[in-house]
Amino acid sequence: MTETARNTMLFGVIAAMIVYVGFAQSWNSALLIVAMGLISAIMALGVNLQWGFAGLFNVGIMGFVALGGLAAVLVGMPPTEGAFAAGGVGVVVALLMGAATIVLAIVLYRRMSPGLTRSLVLIVILVAGFFIFRGLLDPSVDRIEAINPAETGYLGGLGLPVLVAWPVGGLFAAGAAWLIGKTALGLRSDYLAIATLGIAEIIIAVLKNEDWLTRGVKNVIGVPRPVPYEIDLQNDPAFVERAAGFGFTPVEASTLWVKALYIVLFAVVLIILMWMAQRALHSPWGRMLRAIRDNEVAAEAMGKDVTARHLQVFVLGSAICGIAGAMMTTMDSQLTPGTYQPLRFTFLIWVMVIVGGSGNNLGAVLGGFLIWFLWVQVEPMGLWLMNLITAGMADGSPLKAHLIESAAHMRLLTMGLVLLLVLRFSPRGLIPER
Amino acid sequence: MDFLNAIVALANYVLVPGIAYGSQLALGALGVTLVYGILRFSNFAHGDTMALGAMATVLITWLFQSWGISLGPLPTALLALPFGILACIGLLLLTDRGVYRFYREKKAKPVILVIVSLGITFIYNGVTRFIIGADDQNFFDGQRFIISAREFKKATGLDEGLSFKTTQGITIVTAIIVVVLLFWFLNKTRAGKSMRAYSDNEDLALLSGINPERVVMITWMIVATLATIAGVLYGLDKSFKPFTYFQLLLPIFASAIVGGLGNPVGAIAGGFVIAFSEVTITYAWKKILVYLMPDALEPSGLVQLMSTDYKFAVSFVILLIVLLFKPTGLFKGQAV
Repeated sequence: MTETARNTMLFGVIAAMIVYVGFAQSWNSALLIVAMGLISAIMALGVNLQWGFAGLFNVGIMGFVALGGLAAVLVGMPPTEGAFAAGGVGVVVALLMGAATIVLAIVLYRRMSPGLTRSLVLIVILVAGFFIFRGLLDPSVDRIEAINPAETGYLGGLGLPVLVAWPVGGLFAAGAAWLIGKTALGLRSDYLAIATLGIAEIIIAVLKNEDWLTRGVKNVIGVPRPVPYEIDLQNDPAFVERAAGFGFTPVEASTLWVKALYIVLFAVVLIILMWMAQRALHSPWGRMLRAIRDNEVAAEAMGKDVTARHLQVFVLGSAICGIAGAMMTTMDSQLTPGTYQPLRFTFLIWVMVIVGGSGNNLGAVLGGFLIWFLWVQVEPMGLWLMNLITAGMADGSPLKAHLIESAAHMRLLTMGLVLLLVLRFSPRGLIPER
Repeated sequence: MDFLNAIVALANYVLVPGIAYGSQLALGALGVTLVYGILRFSNFAHGDTMALGAMATVLITWLFQSWGISLGPLPTALLALPFGILACIGLLLLTDRGVYRFYREKKAKPVILVIVSLGITFIYNGVTRFIIGADDQNFFDGQRFIISAREFKKATGLDEGLSFKTTQGITIVTAIIVVVLLFWFLNKTRAGKSMRAYSDNEDLALLSGINPERVVMITWMIVATLATIAGVLYGLDKSFKPFTYFQLLLPIFASAIVGGLGNPVGAIAGGFVIAFSEVTITYAWKKILVYLMPDALEPSGLVQLMSTDYKFAVSFVILLIVLLFKPTGLFKGQAV
């Protein structure tokens, strides 16, 4: 079988499975799987850029995705009335002061000669800077959080069209990635993994605790949408008439139509990114990255700046994850920091890339769809399996109850197992690198 | 008097919890550092190995409790610990057989092994949740305090009480015993010496007739022991919850790297550095400052540098500083 035929077949199988869900469960679930599959595919594309092209191990995808989500709130939400006047200036000044302290410390570190004096000066500057930062920040934060805490109590956003947030999310993630890459790249490969694991946890901690920025665990709901609202569609006689023409009820038609619009938007983003990634892979730059990946020492001997290329590709890949994160928050139209879990947002994406075929962009997209489909469907399948196993047991036996209750944890096991099996028996994935 | 009160408050809120937490981190970091030294990869599954070992111990503790076996004032978990360790050893050896050995024979890159260990993490995590659920479990019994705050106040007449929990005492004593045994093993026994030789220079060790599979097996057994003990101590001291062990991964790795990956002494030092930084930075110093400062200068706020929600950020920042300025760690580790 030729490669094109094989790939078409693989994508065809996934399409058939999704269509099956459409008939067997509902078209709403099927379209939701497609939409989330597209987002997953974009994340997988970003990770594939880092891992497949350059061999960088990023365990902080969750953090970059969450930063994208933050961008959706900061760009899309309307500003809270009076919040900026109450404490916005103070917060901005405090953040600038904090940044200035760090910049000053770095400059002094470079300018002064090493020794006890330098250490002491740096410590004094950093400690004093920290207290000034907290002294400016805390009162402003209190004032912001005091404004109608039940509904707002945060700064709000800029009130711009939410589509603007997508590239902004990419920028946020790129900034964080640059910071991490600058410190951890150029050292052993494991260090990047640990550093990214850490930054992801910290980003989530910030989103959960800085109420003035994200309302914390109170969640931001009602992020504006780039597509019409279902309720408006249902009240639009022209739409209802058209829906009736196709034999849909207004409710059904409006939910399907909204999802379809999202799918179109996401597909456009995926196609653009896919085109760029393909061009990058086949450019001299892409070849250089793969040369570095396969033999760092040789590439360095040829005069390639390994650390700088790694930093570049790490920032780019993380930015793609940030874009996907902003898209996801836009579709959910809410930011819920409590739902960001490493399993769902880091590990799952890794499984996608490895199963799909690391180093191959098409493989990453395939993996994104396939693993997302499994992720959604494993729980009902696990429950079904548990019901089958326990069918012979007496009703009301504690073991039976426990097994059925534990079916929800099957996802972890299954995904871990899928990853290990693919790594062992087919390490190149479904669509291997050419 | 005020000065004494300040010292007691410091001991109660900073020193004692810091030493207990530091011991737990040190035991965890020792496991990570040993895997790194011998098998040459960062074992992301270590947190969940701790959870699994602790879970086995919890289950056996419950069994003992239902049989009415107890250790009097000490928690029953100590009696169950050896069985938990055995279960954990069995599991790790099985994992090595089924998963890691294949990659070792293929001489796969370390980063592949890290990914594999991430897969193992989730399988372990799934198994733990599958068996015991995702909720908090209480398995502590016996006497709660060695010194309770009230008795201390009565005995000394001070305003501040010092409480010393049984679990903290057990943690510190156990950690000392384990570390002494470990260093005795590494430095004095034949097996320990072969482990160090293998860690220093694999080729030379192989040439001198050391059996690598045996070294790896012994390493996993020690790692399982350390992980189970660390997991149980942490569970006794705080509470047993599967997810917290995954989150412990960051401070544990930070400890191992700060001390120097692959260096056991460094792992212990790193554990205490991280633990004390976390505790001092997230502790509200008001109470102690009130005793020490003259009335006019008393602080109005809590004097807490960072809220406890950011305790992971502390270990992370220390990790970054070490990576930036001294990537081999305080004590010279192997990694660059």
